[in-house]
Amino acid sequence: MTEITLSIKGLRKRIGKREIIKGLDFELKSGEVFGFLGPNGAGKTTTIRMLVGLIRPTAGSIHVCGYDVKRDFVKAMSHLGCIVENPELYPYLTGMENLQHFSRMIPDFDSKHLEYVVKLVRLQDRINDPVKTYSLGMRQRLGIAQALLGRPKVLILDEPTNGLDPMGIREMREFIRFLAEKEGLTVLVSSHLLSEIQLMCDRVAVISKGRVIKVDTVSNLLNFQEQLVWKVTPVEKGRKLLQTATSVILDEEKQLVTPLSENSSVWNRMLVENGVEVHEIQRKVPTLEDLFLELTGGESVE
Amino acid sequence: MNKLIHNEMLKIIRKRKLIVVIAIMAVLISLFTYAQFREVQRQIEKLGDVDWRTTLQQQIVDTQNRLTSSGISDEWKAQLQIRVQQQQYYLDNNINPAEPGAPTFVRSFAQESITLFVPLLIMIVAADIVSSERSAGTVKLLLTRPVKRWKILLSKYVALLLSISIIVVLMGLLAYVISGVVFGFGGWKAPILTGFTSIGGELNTSHVQLIDQWQYILMEFGLVWFVAIVVGTLSFMLSVLLKSTSASMGVMLAALIAGLILSNLVSSWQSAKYLFMINLDLTGYLAGSSPPVPGMTLLFSIGVLAVWAVIALFVSFSVFVRQDVY
Repeated sequence: MTEITLSIKGLRKRIGKREIIKGLDFELKSGEVFGFLGPNGAGKTTTIRMLVGLIRPTAGSIHVCGYDVKRDFVKAMSHLGCIVENPELYPYLTGMENLQHFSRMIPDFDSKHLEYVVKLVRLQDRINDPVKTYSLGMRQRLGIAQALLGRPKVLILDEPTNGLDPMGIREMREFIRFLAEKEGLTVLVSSHLLSEIQLMCDRVAVISKGRVIKVDTVSNLLNFQEQLVWKVTPVEKGRKLLQTATSVILDEEKQLVTPLSENSSVWNRMLVENGVEVHEIQRKVPTLEDLFLELTGGESVE
Repeated sequence: MNKLIHNEMLKIIRKRKLIVVIAIMAVLISLFTYAQFREVQRQIEKLGDVDWRTTLQQQIVDTQNRLTSSGISDEWKAQLQIRVQQQQYYLDNNINPAEPGAPTFVRSFAQESITLFVPLLIMIVAADIVSSERSAGTVKLLLTRPVKRWKILLSKYVALLLSISIIVVLMGLLAYVISGVVFGFGGWKAPILTGFTSIGGELNTSHVQLIDQWQYILMEFGLVWFVAIVVGTLSFMLSVLLKSTSASMGVMLAALIAGLILSNLVSSWQSAKYLFMINLDLTGYLAGSSPPVPGMTLLFSIGVLAVWAVIALFVSFSVFVRQDVY
């Protein structure tokens, strides 16, 4: 299960004089959902377009299941399925005709797989209607069906929940987890929505201004940042006492924030013994938003 | 490859491009037929109620009389003989020369439509064959399949060639059927003059020959087909280069209309003869009309058009294969 399915080395892209992607390196394993997180304009879409062969990298290499996208395009692509931006299908064809259209582009396609894929995305009832009558959620599902036609090992989804309603977002999330866990696919998901990545990914690469700032598991990144929030009176006295033991920040709501520590019970006793009332001690799991702001030095996120 | 071409034909047909083209052809051919019909009516009224066979018989006798008289040049004699042959044919086959049959209509229709009408119809199909995929974003799905890019473009080009062939054949059939209802379906073997060449502004009739109308129509449609492919290939290139369908249509239309205007202006601008739009009137060479720039011949024009088409194909493929798709 730890087979490396997608590997990117020293990827760069220059357009004119501007270097948009300044050297990306990461590897994806089978069965994992990998988040690709960054604000708009960080280079997510450009990177994804290079991964799927729409844009030629200026330097660096991309391997899908060991095949170089540049040199072995056909073999690399036969292991990869993708949706780049919105799933733009042919609106004047039916869902089935769209899928048949793309299946004709796959060598030795087994038509039984078509039915399986339609069932997988639960479009059986509407598959013979023209795509122009589909809702956005259905188009998104048809887009995924299209990406799964070639039995890919790597699935690349650019902003898969863009424009979906909360119900649709949840469905999509579950579906992506299902593909990774049950089908063993590698799924690369890009997003500018931090909460989304947090909920669906195993690992995440944080990207900003064409560079990867950090690659780690979601839980590691969160642990790294966990904090304790103290609600005490009087605040000033409590702060002074805590400062003797650890670093303290006074937040906007007049609460004291300290790093998570095993000594918290000791600090608590110290406060109580010195006549400070402790109303509440709360463990705070920071959102990726907090993390992102810290990692990028306050660069704005949507 | 067959599957890819199947895909492209499916898209052309389901986008109703061919239907639109056929509908336009049907409407306009009906219109032209009606105009022709009115013209014929006017001529019949002018002649009165004299039987046209009597008139024709009289004309043949007159011409034969002139042939026997001395003092006319050999060249003139040859022309008169051809005229007699034509008139005799009409008489023998019971065809009123003032009332053309469907083949005559088809012949003159092909001749008139080669410079603008046919290119216009071809543009409808060709101009958006690549650019529509780009503006709709479907090109991203198309180019991320395990198929090399040149194969995808080639399948589109083959589909275009098929559509062009269908359009040209259907144009002939529609023109024949629609006009045939009004004018009758006969006249395939009517003799037609061809082989005029113009040298130094004077008509040279030394290679003139009489051929059957069906042969003439066949040659015409061969030329129409060739022009359609050249115009289709150029539109195809624009469709690859420009992202919007309307832009590529606009450029092509401007070029075609500029060609029509220039054809009447450029007789002293020698190098204009290398422009493709000046060379589109291939059927004019068959009919013997004088070319826009003196010295242009049928083979020259075919050559110029072929070179333009080959360059356009080369540009299309080399751009499409390398292009970054955003």
